[in-house]
Amino acid sequence: MKKIYKYSLATIVLSLSLVGCSITKNNSVATMTDDRITTGSIKNNSIQGSTLKTDIKVPRVFYFEFDKVMLSSEARSALRLHAQSLRSNPAKIRLLGHADERGSREYNMALGENRGNVVRDFLIQEGVSSSLIEVISYGEEKAASSGSNEDSWAMNRRVELK
Amino acid sequence: MKKINLIIILFAFISLSASAELSINITKGIDNPTKIAIAPLSFYGNQLPEDTSRIIEDNLKRSGLFDPISRKNMLSFPGTIKDIYFRDWKILGAEYLVIGSLILSGDFYEITYSLLEVHSSRLVFTKIAKGSKGQLRDLSHHISDEVYEAITGIEGAFSTKVAYVTSLKSNNKTLYKLMVSDVDGARERLILESNHPIMSPSWSPDAKELVYVSFETGRPAVFRQNLANANRKQLTNFRGLNGAPSWSPDGKKLALVLSKDGNPEIYTFDLRKEKFIRHTNHFAIDTEPNWAPDSKSLVFTSDRGGSPQIYRLTLKNGEVQRLTFRGSYNARPRLASNGRTLVMIHRSAHQFHIATQDLVNGDLRILSNTSLDESPTVSPNSAMLLYATKINNRGVLAAVSLDAGVKFLLPSKQGDVREPAWSPK
Repeated sequence: MKKIYKYSLATIVLSLSLVGCSITKNNSVATMTDDRITTGSIKNNSIQGSTLKTDIKVPRVFYFEFDKVMLSSEARSALRLHAQSLRSNPAKIRLLGHADERGSREYNMALGENRGNVVRDFLIQEGVSSSLIEVISYGEEKAASSGSNEDSWAMNRRVELK
Repeated sequence: MKKINLIIILFAFISLSASAELSINITKGIDNPTKIAIAPLSFYGNQLPEDTSRIIEDNLKRSGLFDPISRKNMLSFPGTIKDIYFRDWKILGAEYLVIGSLILSGDFYEITYSLLEVHSSRLVFTKIAKGSKGQLRDLSHHISDEVYEAITGIEGAFSTKVAYVTSLKSNNKTLYKLMVSDVDGARERLILESNHPIMSPSWSPDAKELVYVSFETGRPAVFRQNLANANRKQLTNFRGLNGAPSWSPDGKKLALVLSKDGNPEIYTFDLRKEKFIRHTNHFAIDTEPNWAPDSKSLVFTSDRGGSPQIYRLTLKNGEVQRLTFRGSYNARPRLASNGRTLVMIHRSAHQFHIATQDLVNGDLRILSNTSLDESPTVSPNSAMLLYATKINNRGVLAAVSLDAGVKFLLPSKQGDVREPAWSPK
């Protein structure tokens, strides 16, 4: 998976304006002439990660309650940022849905898929093209934490964005 | 005196190797098991590669219904009926005695064996079993079946096999294996090895093939594999879930779950026409189909009522009927071959147990007392079931009789073991 971090045009423009009034080179996002800023449109794949690397670590794993598929508010804010990035720079993503070990394995496969679908639907709602997203459920087959206790189970009920 | 000649068909996956990775610990037996003596088999010549009498003894002991008399206490080792002194066996408290003698004729072993009732000094039967040189274990299981059935009236299931999945973690990598062994854990054979998860093995009714789910393509997909020649074929390649395959008892179809249309639905797949038919249409989860013995209906798990419960689907008219009402989590149904006993995962007091429900009188019975029990599978004679559980943070297989009188564990020596599937006869 390509790791390109770019979260908002505003951030980009802001950082460029802080740099000064020189003119950006390749991959121009904004062109500056005489201290005046004119925003340009962002073309697909026109931004390279190196020029826009950010320190913001947006979570790529989203956690769920037992037998539940509701997104937490933290997950929603993180997904909004991912959606923004995917809108401006479409890339294929996979959403890997997981469940904790309790209950039946195939039911947990369905639960993992439902969780993946909830994340997918949120991204679509935020403007990401559905054709970019594939949901794959692993059920309880790929635990992130191997213990049989509440802490491990909480770590395992998740969707990973890849 | 009826004589039965038995030639057991040799499958290519049966070999001489008897290195069992699974061993048996009996944790609970019934109160008054039948005392039986299995006299060592008499034969001339070199030592046999397998201790036939010991295998029979272990089989009967594991059923929980028998208490075999220790060989070291036996006063004589009769090989034929005329050598029996019933007094020797009455002293030991034996209710039944099994004797036998083996001869090698050509490339075949021929075992003549007899079951006797000690108290009345009565011969129950004498039978003959024949098999090739590599089949001493098969012969032992067959004799166990005959003895078990003659005494209990229930068909034996010692000649069956079990498929299961193991996983072993090392250096952050997990190795998954699909295995098949005798139901006593012996003659373990590797069927598939993968770095990706393997799930949900299900037997063909002739016990020559397995269907299962493998993630080797990066997505879950259903595969069919012949055990004798390892030929395999990918049967599904849809977006979303491709899972929970279950082979119909008439051999013609698979039931499975696909979510290609948006959410998990029950389908059947005609193996000859290679055609899928969708049978459920509900926004809830529908999964884990399992066939009734007559191949006319399916039981499955659905959360359409708000929590996972078991439903029955009649295929000819698509009628769906809810079967379970007690508890907020009933899943992974399996119907016993009697068509009456439903076996499932049942949650009670936040713990997941194996339970049975009698479909005629509705009686619910919890059979296991560990807390993470799953994947129950019933023996073809409906006497025992195997399931997976966790003990000391390791996945192990456990067995329990359907009346909960007998329990034993089959711990693996390495890694986690799970998803047992008991083969048909």
